[in-house]
Amino acid sequence: MAIRDLTTSQARRPFQRRRKTCPFSGPNAPKIDYKDVRLLSRYVSERGKIVPSRITAVSAKKQRELARAIKRARFIGIMPYAVQ
Amino acid sequence: MALYEHIFLARQDVSAQQVEELTNALTEVLTSNGGKVTKNEYWGLKSLSYRIKKNRKAHYSLLNIDAPHAAVTEMERQMSINEDILRFMTVRVDELEEGPSAMMQKRDDRDRGDRPDRGGDRRPRRF
Repeated sequence: MAIRDLTTSQARRPFQRRRKTCPFSGPNAPKIDYKDVRLLSRYVSERGKIVPSRITAVSAKKQRELARAIKRARFIGIMPYAVQ
Repeated sequence: MALYEHIFLARQDVSAQQVEELTNALTEVLTSNGGKVTKNEYWGLKSLSYRIKKNRKAHYSLLNIDAPHAAVTEMERQMSINEDILRFMTVRVDELEEGPSAMMQKRDDRDRGDRPDRGGDRRPRRF
């Protein structure tokens, strides 16, 4: 049924995308940790800014947690405050 | 007692052995004030993302601490006096991590065979 819904809406609007879900919610989601640079760097722009949640689809609660982790990582020098 | 994760950065000119001695000295401060260190990780000499007190590299160490607040403030006071320590951060946590932290696991992650290479740096896509 979900598939049919999707196809009918696609017929109406060709550029509708499926709503993305929060990458930190649900089972086997990664834990937000300020020491995990590889995880955090995915949520930072090339200039070193934190990417807004409307782009990454992170939930509001997790976005706050993520921002805190990125700021901690910046403080201990494993992530940049600004690039260039 | 409260649980803390503590990270400190030592100057790059200092040797790894001296960092170890430093960690032992700090552990001593904690234990004499009624705390204990449950894990001690040395991350090695890592390059910093930006210069801190004119240093481009620093020795990173992580301590998992179970100690009363007074012991931690005493340790932090002594660290702020020590010129070999560039920076430190203590974070209070609900539970301490068992096993190696994300920083130490990174090398095993890289050659994980179960995921195909997706090519390049993965960032959230913009649209």
